[in-house]
Amino acid sequence: MIEVKNLYKEFDGTPVLKGISTTFEKGKTSMIIGQSGSGKTVFLKCLLGLHKHEKGSIIFDGRDYEDLKDKEHRQLRQEMGMVFQGGALYDSLTIEENVMFPLKMFTNNSFEDMLERVNTVLKRVNLENVNSKFPAELSGGMQKRVAIARAIVMNPKYLFCDEPNSGLDPNTATVIDNLIQEITKEYQMITIINSHDMNSVMEIGEKIVFLKNGVKAWEGTNKEIFKTENEAIVDFVYSSNLFKKVREVYLNETK
Amino acid sequence: MNYIEHIGKYFIMLKQVFKKPQKWSVFKEMLFREVEDLGLKSLGIITFISFFVGGVVAIQTALNVDSPFIPKYLIGFATKRSMILEFAPTFMSIILAGKVGSYISSSIGTMRVTEQIDALDVMGINSLNYLVLPKIIAALFFYPLLILLAMFLGIVGGYFAGVLTALFFSEDYIYGIQLDFNPYFVKYAVIKTLVFAFVIATIPSYHGYYVKGGSLEVGRASTQAVVWTSVVIILLNYFLTQMLLG
Repeated sequence: MIEVKNLYKEFDGTPVLKGISTTFEKGKTSMIIGQSGSGKTVFLKCLLGLHKHEKGSIIFDGRDYEDLKDKEHRQLRQEMGMVFQGGALYDSLTIEENVMFPLKMFTNNSFEDMLERVNTVLKRVNLENVNSKFPAELSGGMQKRVAIARAIVMNPKYLFCDEPNSGLDPNTATVIDNLIQEITKEYQMITIINSHDMNSVMEIGEKIVFLKNGVKAWEGTNKEIFKTENEAIVDFVYSSNLFKKVREVYLNETK
Repeated sequence: MNYIEHIGKYFIMLKQVFKKPQKWSVFKEMLFREVEDLGLKSLGIITFISFFVGGVVAIQTALNVDSPFIPKYLIGFATKRSMILEFAPTFMSIILAGKVGSYISSSIGTMRVTEQIDALDVMGINSLNYLVLPKIIAALFFYPLLILLAMFLGIVGGYFAGVLTALFFSEDYIYGIQLDFNPYFVKYAVIKTLVFAFVIATIPSYHGYYVKGGSLEVGRASTQAVVWTSVVIILLNYFLTQMLLG
């Protein structure tokens, strides 16, 4: 479990996260949502250790990030996988080298073993015969799948995704969503997704944390989001007529 | 940010760079890649420029030495001294600052804005050590060789330029380049080159690594990297010359 307690972060005296507390559980897909500038990315980067927080604590399965020594920090980071918004694949490396990179860096496995693992995870994300291609030769959706393959190649305990669907067509976005949810269950990971995409939120958000102006304004599940009367989340999620209608239909059906 | 802050941040960066590589096999792989990118791929431009610079130095010396009292072998002597002392180590380093410096800052800068560096950090990799140390080692190892090659080609270029245009005789030139050869000057040039190689690898890395924004900022960082690398090379050239020859 990841426990976030009273997380506070500021930039040049301007508070961005104002005391956020929440928990993320194993085998569940959790989503962080909120308007641009609400602090989602900063929150995710604090969890990843890319931003140092001023107050509060982040506890990974009983290990407080702040209390860890350098070696333990490195160990913890090896238990994390991250899918970046743009994929963040290394342009100069082939797909095989990209996915193999964490294995090369942190294991002493033979090349054959590493290759076998790479092929397994590439197959898991439904990519085959792309080993020798470079990232620029793949479509956006394929690049995202490679990024997921790289993130899970070390069997991480924690998977973080920053806007995994941005720039993808609705079909590909659904494929990526389902893939993330499937591997979360399969590998029993704690998956935290930062997203704007309400389709994804409704589809796979087993836990949703809504941030507004740096504070947690609401949290619940994708079922509860239909029923909530919380003004902040209703204004955000049901700002489009389509989602208003979806909500009406859902509420009528469940009456 | 003021200059003092930049200098401080640069030295803090170096502290991170000079740590033990996390995996030697990966470091070795990166090192060979950098030797190719920073060194071997600069061979062409260095060969071309040094050959013609040597030619120009020889021609200009020959055209300015028209007094019958000044022996013609001084053309070869002057070309050799100019190439060894200044043109090969300093002029070529400025050329490399432009070519390699812009490559380093733009490649690292692009990695920064496309979150590739964040991806390294998230994995628990010391990104500065992983990206910059192989560049420094590759430059320190390869640039002295490049500069020695530039010295040789410059002198050869001078020979061909003069002999083909009949400005001087081959024997005079060869006698001139053998005259009063001081091996310390080559040592001086190699020491300068090692210092410049370090500057060429680290200043553009600093500008690329700490870039913020998008492609426009990467372009700006690249320009700044070349400008500052050149400025630092010129300043260090002055101080090193004072220290080593003064």
